[in-house]
Amino acid sequence: MLSPVDEQDLSEAVAGAGGPLRIVGGGTRPVGRPVAGEVLSVAGLSGIELYEPGALTIVAKAGTPLAEVEAALAAENQRLPFEPMDLRGLLGTSGEPTIGGVVAANVSGPRRIQAGACRDSLIGVRFVDGRGTAVKNGGRVMKNVTGYDLVKLMAGSYGTLGVLSEVAFKVLPGVETRACVLLNGLSNADAVAAMSKALGSPFEVSGAAHSPAGMDGHPVTMLRLEGFADSVTYRAGKLRELLADYGDISVETDPDKVLAGWNWVRDVEPFHGRAGDVWRVSVKPSDGPEIAARAGGDVLMDWGGGLVWALVPEGTDLRADLGTFSGHATLIRASEETRARLPVFQPEPAPVAALTEGLRRQFDPRDILNPSLMGGASL
Amino acid sequence: MEMPIPNASVLSAKARIVARLKAALPGDAVIDAPEEVRAYECDALTAYRCPPLAAVLPSSTQEVAAVLKICHDEGVPVVPRGAGTSLAGGALPTADSVILGVARMNEVLETDYDNRFIRVQSGRTNLSVTGAVEEEAFFYAPDPSSQLACAIAGNIAMNSGGAHCLKYGVTTNNLLGVTMVLMDGTVVEIGGAHLDAGGLDLLGVICGSEGQLGVVTEATLRILPKPEGARPVLIGYDSNEVAGECVSDIIKAGVLPVAIEFMDRPCIRATEAFAKAGYPDCEALLIVEVEGSEAEIDAQLGVISQIARKHNPVELRESKSAEESARIWLGRKSAFGAMGQINDYMCLDGTIPVSALPLVLRRIGEMSKEYGLDVGNVFHAGDGNMHPLILFDANKPGDLEKCEAFGADILKLCVEVGGCLTGEHGVGIEKRDLMGSQFTGPDMAAQMRVKDVFDPKWLLNPAKVFPLSVSEAHRSFAA
Repeated sequence: MLSPVDEQDLSEAVAGAGGPLRIVGGGTRPVGRPVAGEVLSVAGLSGIELYEPGALTIVAKAGTPLAEVEAALAAENQRLPFEPMDLRGLLGTSGEPTIGGVVAANVSGPRRIQAGACRDSLIGVRFVDGRGTAVKNGGRVMKNVTGYDLVKLMAGSYGTLGVLSEVAFKVLPGVETRACVLLNGLSNADAVAAMSKALGSPFEVSGAAHSPAGMDGHPVTMLRLEGFADSVTYRAGKLRELLADYGDISVETDPDKVLAGWNWVRDVEPFHGRAGDVWRVSVKPSDGPEIAARAGGDVLMDWGGGLVWALVPEGTDLRADLGTFSGHATLIRASEETRARLPVFQPEPAPVAALTEGLRRQFDPRDILNPSLMGGASL
Repeated sequence: MEMPIPNASVLSAKARIVARLKAALPGDAVIDAPEEVRAYECDALTAYRCPPLAAVLPSSTQEVAAVLKICHDEGVPVVPRGAGTSLAGGALPTADSVILGVARMNEVLETDYDNRFIRVQSGRTNLSVTGAVEEEAFFYAPDPSSQLACAIAGNIAMNSGGAHCLKYGVTTNNLLGVTMVLMDGTVVEIGGAHLDAGGLDLLGVICGSEGQLGVVTEATLRILPKPEGARPVLIGYDSNEVAGECVSDIIKAGVLPVAIEFMDRPCIRATEAFAKAGYPDCEALLIVEVEGSEAEIDAQLGVISQIARKHNPVELRESKSAEESARIWLGRKSAFGAMGQINDYMCLDGTIPVSALPLVLRRIGEMSKEYGLDVGNVFHAGDGNMHPLILFDANKPGDLEKCEAFGADILKLCVEVGGCLTGEHGVGIEKRDLMGSQFTGPDMAAQMRVKDVFDPKWLLNPAKVFPLSVSEAHRSFAA
């Protein structure tokens, strides 16, 4: 295993690599086509390098534990806007998620619909490309259009274009309190309609999820409100009025219960410890119910219906069941055999695939960085 | 400004190229008469001008593809153009180029309130996107100050921002998908009405690529429900340092204003003389705006005012009505016009960490004396995006050059303190030669490799973004 301790080390490790490298942060997100190669751990590049609460910005080395970043922010009553999910429960992994791993997988949570994805909060990166060259893009300021935006390109590239060594984020103030408006017993279609209505209102909903089988086994639709106490109370009342036609409505105001409920959604807890493969489908919210129907089996809908988590029998090619749809399906949890057999990431139309493949060849000409993890020509 | 020598074989083939374009497009969509192409010789950076070989105004993605295919065949550089409002020279032609204007493509293709998006042709103006959805109480968030005129195509090319991006983000955070034509005429669909990329985030690198990767013809944009209301508070201080501390304290208190604007004394005086908004004569002025219901606004303004008072303001005025809000914004909104009344000006948009604000303003003041040119500062303080306006006299020989040197020094200072050359205008040709102060050779090479993939012949929007010596060396090495 290669364990560089700084960026210089990392450059030398990549430049000197004789074959494929399997890049690992905390090792909690084994997503993608299995990669055979020497393990390159980025965990040694660790530590917060700069944190300016008054400027809402933080910079950390890629191997810094996510928990360390979140604790530093919490101490100043701030937070990462995009609410990164913790995949350990769903994937049955252990270890310590790193901030670089969060970026490499562009991991977001329920607040994605309001505050954007990880890539939207990411304002700077440093990485080492497949030649071993260190590259900087973006910076530590939140408005920056100087040169091409490789920051976004690196987010969600799963280490296939470069190995992250440093990441910078814009952050948000923490919230005073939170509440959850709960609609009980809705069908998937009615739930998405209700969520659309709420998200189309000015009441700043920061989470909109639906489970056909909630924590108590019955269908529940959840609408989260966050902010100052009076404002949350006011908006909860407004949502109750707005959604009166949808029947059984209640408001959960215990902040701890609200937090637990949204962690349940964020981390897809209903699928923890259950047999089967897990797919993650991103679609236009109003397509969510149809996707859920075609998937069969158990689903959990987040992002107002636009994110469908589906639990299906092992080895199922969900894309075959979904047929033609607009969006993308990613196989998040399955055996190595299934992940080697089915494309984990949504296959792209030929001209787009050509661009993707071109970028990989440019950034990693020797095809050594997590080769084929996201699919592509070298398969 | 150094520009590449025009390709003589393209210039000599003008008749054939124009004939091919005319065969592919409706008659009035190809402009080649010298007196008519002059209309496209510059954008809002008027110091640099060069008439193009020809200009085309296609009406559809298919026509754009036809134009690009012909130009690709003939080896003709293409300069995409939205509304021509770039302050960075992003749409400046070369003599051997064809201007591809998207102004005729301004239709709304689809509005979907349930799914909160709108799909438009890229020539549509920014403000008219909001115009198309405001009846249903929705809006499109990015609001560059040129929003009445600027096109979505240019917003995507430059990843435009605006005054309200502290809360809502910039173009890239509100762009869901594009239809784009590559230089060889291939049409690609990237993204859509769903969130996030299924593979590499190509949309993320297309946005802000200054028209060098492809021509965006259609865009899917996120629309948001309008807040119930918004009101600002105006706060005046006798020192820039104290105003900077106040901004930082507001942010740390957990309030997220939708905008925090900052003006310095030269700018306050100029706008007072011009717009008479009733601003106090002080060193630094903040306008902080919050959104929500009436009660929510009162509560947030209360928190902000309490913080502001701790720093002993010379004036603090909370807006209680739409009229008072308009009055508070009046001076800020006329700041550019006011400075323009005094003289010609150059507007920069370097971004700095908010903590470096006092230092940077002090250094700009010192440099202003050294160069003998006045400068006023308007500033999106919440996100550190400065807008120094350097005054000069375009008719006075040497003044423009002096102003450019002063501007370059300010931008290098922004980079030195941890910021960047441009926060929302783009590099274009204006800041092209300063890229080396922010990026190393390998940093720029990584960006140019993206260009190599999308536009291997480097025909799209030539001579922008990267210093000519750097891009030429990169290309000869790649070849």
